[in-house]
Amino acid sequence: MAHLRKLLPPIASGFLFGMGLTVSGMTDPQRVRGFLDLFGNWDPTLAFVMGGAVLVMAAAWRIQARMTKPVFGEKFALPDRTDLDPRLLAGAALFGIGWGIAGLCPGPAVASLVLTPVHALPFVAAMLAGMLLQKVTMERKVAS
Amino acid sequence: MLPGFPEAAPLQGLIGGVLIGVAAALMLLGAGRIAGVSGILARGAGIAEGSMARTSAWGFIIGLPLGALAIRLATDWEPPLFAGWPLLIVAGLLVGFGTRMGSGCTSGHGVCGVSRLSQRSIVATATFMAAGIATVFLMTLIGA
Repeated sequence: MAHLRKLLPPIASGFLFGMGLTVSGMTDPQRVRGFLDLFGNWDPTLAFVMGGAVLVMAAAWRIQARMTKPVFGEKFALPDRTDLDPRLLAGAALFGIGWGIAGLCPGPAVASLVLTPVHALPFVAAMLAGMLLQKVTMERKVAS
Repeated sequence: MLPGFPEAAPLQGLIGGVLIGVAAALMLLGAGRIAGVSGILARGAGIAEGSMARTSAWGFIIGLPLGALAIRLATDWEPPLFAGWPLLIVAGLLVGFGTRMGSGCTSGHGVCGVSRLSQRSIVATATFMAAGIATVFLMTLIGA
């Protein structure tokens, strides 16, 4: 049963995440590209999505700071890097170009696998291929 | 309705954003982890090493489209427009490669990292947004 208890947060989190992405319109590439179309027909919806999510998470971080361990786990496993490196910038830039081209980022793409599989499947397959390509071409040992 | 932006859906955006925030908070406080979709996907697919159990990663990956499906069934929903297959594949490759190289995407950096005031995440988010805006601008310019 301990195993099942541990599975609960990720399943519930994924489910709520998928609900949120769909309610907010983030599974619609036109809406996402509308937000990125800052110099054209700008659609500010994504700013409200980010705002709502960041506000809730800002509160969650304050709660987390007072906890010694997560509710369903033994310890927190959180990123602790603070340095800025060229990889971060180059990777974010490449991601942004792909995001701008298709109006899809990983979350909405996975959500779309059941909503619009004909379009989501080639994107997700290519995304996994891109991840694999990054691993085989640039892998270095980083503690995660 | 938002004055000046007839296509914006600020209320749906905010509600969806709060749901995404609660989802990420559940992952943080429940499992002690960042709800970063690109990282969890890479972990589930066996592309990334890490301390997250692969069953947990799969729990999230399966929960996400199910949450999207729940909203799809409960609301009026029009299938959105997508780019053609060639563009989807190019974009998918860039998103996959870039998110792994830059250690995160819209969820991990944009929501979880920004709300934590992580310098790396704030810089990454500014970078992928700028790259996305530039990409949409250039594509509009060349009529793509």
